[in-house]
Amino acid sequence: MDSSDSGADGAAPLRRLPPPARLYLPLLQHQGEPARPCVEIGQQVAKGQCLGRAAGELSAPVHAPTSGRVVAIVERDIGHASGRALPCIELEPDGQERWQRLTPWPDWYRRRPNELLSRLAEAGVTGLGGASYPTAAKLALAPSMPNLGDAAAATCDLPEPTSPPAPVPARIETLIINAVECEPWIGCDDALLRAHPDQVLAGAALLGHVLGAARVLIAVDSDLGDARQALAATLDGALAGSRPAHATTTDTTSGPRPDHRVPGSVAGKNLSPDPGQEASALAGLPAAVLQPLAIVPVSGRYPQGGERQLVHTLTGHALAAGRWPREVGVACVNVGTAAACWRAVASGEPLVERIVTVTGPGVRSPVNLVAPLGTPVADLVAAAGGYSERAARLVLGGPMMGRALANDGVPLGKSGNCILVLAAAPAGDDQVMPCIRCGECARVCPSKLLPQQLHFHLQARQWPRAAALGLADCIECGLCAQVCPSRIPLLAWFQHGKGELAWQQRSAVQAEAAQQRHQLRQQRLDRDAADQAQRLRAREQVTPDPGAGPLPPAVAAALARARARGKSPADAPQDSPSA
Amino acid sequence: MRQFPTAPAPHLPERNSVRKVMVTVMVMLLPGTLVQAGFFGPGVLVQIGLAAIIALALEAVCLRLRGQRLAPFLGDGSAVVTAWLFALCLPPLAPWWLALTGMVAAIVVGKHLYGGLGHNLFNPAMVGFAVVLVCFPLSMAQWPAAAGAGATIGSGTLSLLEVLTAIFSGQPPAPGWDGLSQATPLDLARQHLASGATIDELAARADYAQARTAWTWIAAAFAAGGIGLCLRRVADWRTPAAVIATTVVLGLLAAMIDADRHVPASSQLLTGGLVLAAFFIATDPVTGATTPRGRWLFGAGVAALTLAIRRWGAYPDGIAFAILLMNAAAPLIDRLTPPRIVGRRR
Ligand code: SF4
Ligand code: SF4
Repeated sequence: MDSSDSGADGAAPLRRLPPPARLYLPLLQHQGEPARPCVEIGQQVAKGQCLGRAAGELSAPVHAPTSGRVVAIVERDIGHASGRALPCIELEPDGQERWQRLTPWPDWYRRRPNELLSRLAEAGVTGLGGASYPTAAKLALAPSMPNLGDAAAATCDLPEPTSPPAPVPARIETLIINAVECEPWIGCDDALLRAHPDQVLAGAALLGHVLGAARVLIAVDSDLGDARQALAATLDGALAGSRPAHATTTDTTSGPRPDHRVPGSVAGKNLSPDPGQEASALAGLPAAVLQPLAIVPVSGRYPQGGERQLVHTLTGHALAAGRWPREVGVACVNVGTAAACWRAVASGEPLVERIVTVTGPGVRSPVNLVAPLGTPVADLVAAAGGYSERAARLVLGGPMMGRALANDGVPLGKSGNCILVLAAAPAGDDQVMPCIRCGECARVCPSKLLPQQLHFHLQARQWPRAAALGLADCIECGLCAQVCPSRIPLLAWFQHGKGELAWQQRSAVQAEAAQQRHQLRQQRLDRDAADQAQRLRAREQVTPDPGAGPLPPAVAAALARARARGKSPADAPQDSPSA
Repeated sequence: MRQFPTAPAPHLPERNSVRKVMVTVMVMLLPGTLVQAGFFGPGVLVQIGLAAIIALALEAVCLRLRGQRLAPFLGDGSAVVTAWLFALCLPPLAPWWLALTGMVAAIVVGKHLYGGLGHNLFNPAMVGFAVVLVCFPLSMAQWPAAAGAGATIGSGTLSLLEVLTAIFSGQPPAPGWDGLSQATPLDLARQHLASGATIDELAARADYAQARTAWTWIAAAFAAGGIGLCLRRVADWRTPAAVIATTVVLGLLAAMIDADRHVPASSQLLTGGLVLAAFFIATDPVTGATTPRGRWLFGAGVAALTLAIRRWGAYPDGIAFAILLMNAAAPLIDRLTPPRIVGRRR
């Protein structure tokens, strides 16, 4: 992508942030295992070059967001849930933006899903909506994608699969592209829709192709009229001008598509990105891959942007904890992720930048930025005009589920959708009172839980009781804590409770494993002891053998004493190496 | 690198508080309280003030004894709401020790011995009311005649000084005070029906009609405030709806069985404290049921028990006991009526 991302309409302008003086690239920007560094300190790297390889099935590589020199690998606060400092690759940009791309595949629709999946894994694409689950791994879980573990595990030095397996019948009916902003304040999806509707559509078509989805629903917040119009106009334009795949489909594609028709043309309003700058991502695509696409407005009321809420609204499937959209033939991908997938495939760009909203009463001029990953929050805030006097709390993510950061040296990661700088809360606002059982929390809970009861049992450390009340069904939306008149940090309790339960389950598993290991070791020790005894007996029988010569009298005596004690002195120190 | 204080999510600034909840309750109590004061004189307001001062003092003592911080809890307004609701149930000229006894029972026993705000099993105001009802049944029965058409001397005509004297000396304000006292409509109905008369004869009595009008106005004013409370979502609408619906249904059933021997549904609802209780006492979140279905059950239970006590019990109005009984059942109701978690079967 080139440097012109400005010019989009919208609440906050979309601007491109040049690389700051230093970038800090966390090796863990995704769910799963941290990447393993594959560069050396002092090494010059190109933009897009791999800095850390994926470590295992559930992991993602990390690439250089710009060309420059690797200065160090440092431990740094990255705003991780654990609060720990985690290793980051410190990069000094050289200002040259020297690219090293993967091979662009503009004809991606001719490629097999497996190839495309390995490309997504190789490009380090993860969910940009917040959870940051490696996208290839997520898609590989779809029922239509058996045995794609290799694709999900592909790292940046793996060769592309030479003989991809035959395509399997698709069983994902519906792919939902989630363009409903997950929380108030966040505007990065909106900004993307306005600036690059073509990339969103191409990404949606690409993922629909990968999954073999019968329909691809792009769910847009109904309040985002402009963005939706831009999207619809782009789709209509593409369908009108697209290359017919078969003669038979021509008629249907050129006809009016009521789904996408929006009254009034928006072409004159310059809502689409300047066509001169960049060829449309949809240029030359066959109509067949655009056919399944449909744009659906949904109410943007929080937490509608949540995956489960969206699946429920659009398909009617209510999912309990532990059940996944894929089990009902639905996949859900964030809109930014879809665009990133398209760039990774069609332009060969690894995921090295993302759109982040910098906003709140604590910044002077709120803005949407296309920022290189690894940019410290301080630089992002500076790009938004700096802190205002009211700045008092720094939040990574949205107001409901975001994490308060202790300092602004935290680097932007793949999941960083928003930097929110809030003003000070009124004094005494944090006074926690006892629960008055007003039931407000239960009224607002989208999962229909009873937060007050959950809280009661968590406080009493009755974990199983809390689990029985559906703790796992809590989607951590934070609404209950927001409305609680007693200001009980309910969300924090639930996160704590979930962590505690997971830990207990893990320790139960570990205890069992340890038990097994102990038993195995005991068996092995017994066996070793038996072997030893047998060897000893064998040696005793062998000892008189003339070839071995007679034992010295002292040794023979010692042996005799030891035998009398029932133990060979030679065994004693050798007991442990087998452990 | 700039440092920031951290706090758990969510981070939205505008938030609710217990204090706001309690202040809303007080605001919504105002219309009914003022109408009641209009009919029964300044004694109504004096009782509220007296009970509130005693409640705050007791609350402070209890908090201190329990080693808790005073400021947040004294300022939360819950003690004042308790005192207010309790005082509304007192006869306006009741001597001061009724308020004191009631508040000791409510704040010390009903609230703090159970662990303070949020932990009490029983509604403190109703604990206080029940205790004074049992200890001082005679004083509690002495309601003065309501002011209004046909009343020769209502307590509404007493001056504030006379009212204060009456309350703090425990003596009637004037030699003729006994003539002022008048049974509440529920009392009247009770005595009347016990003596074998019919409802129609009762309704023909002037004092009954007059008292009934006064109480109907008061109930309407409390209902107005109560609806406001529901609209502000401080109270859940299900509980009052359940109380009222159950009262009407049971009243109609009784009338179908024998219209002459039973108080009609409208009088059941509008005379006595049922409306006040439905909107302001049964909706007390701490001591009521909290699940949506549980609230229906809770309200229905309050209404059914109240009517049963009115009909068969020893007290003319059984609201306090009905509420306390349902309070005891609330935890069980909650357990039996969990809402369905999204995506799960019941
Ligand atoms: S909102 Fe807060 S005070 Fe009300 S029931 Fe829930 S936890 Fe208790
Ligand atoms: S955070 Fe609270 S409101 Fe949201 S799902 Fe969990 S319990 Fe329900």
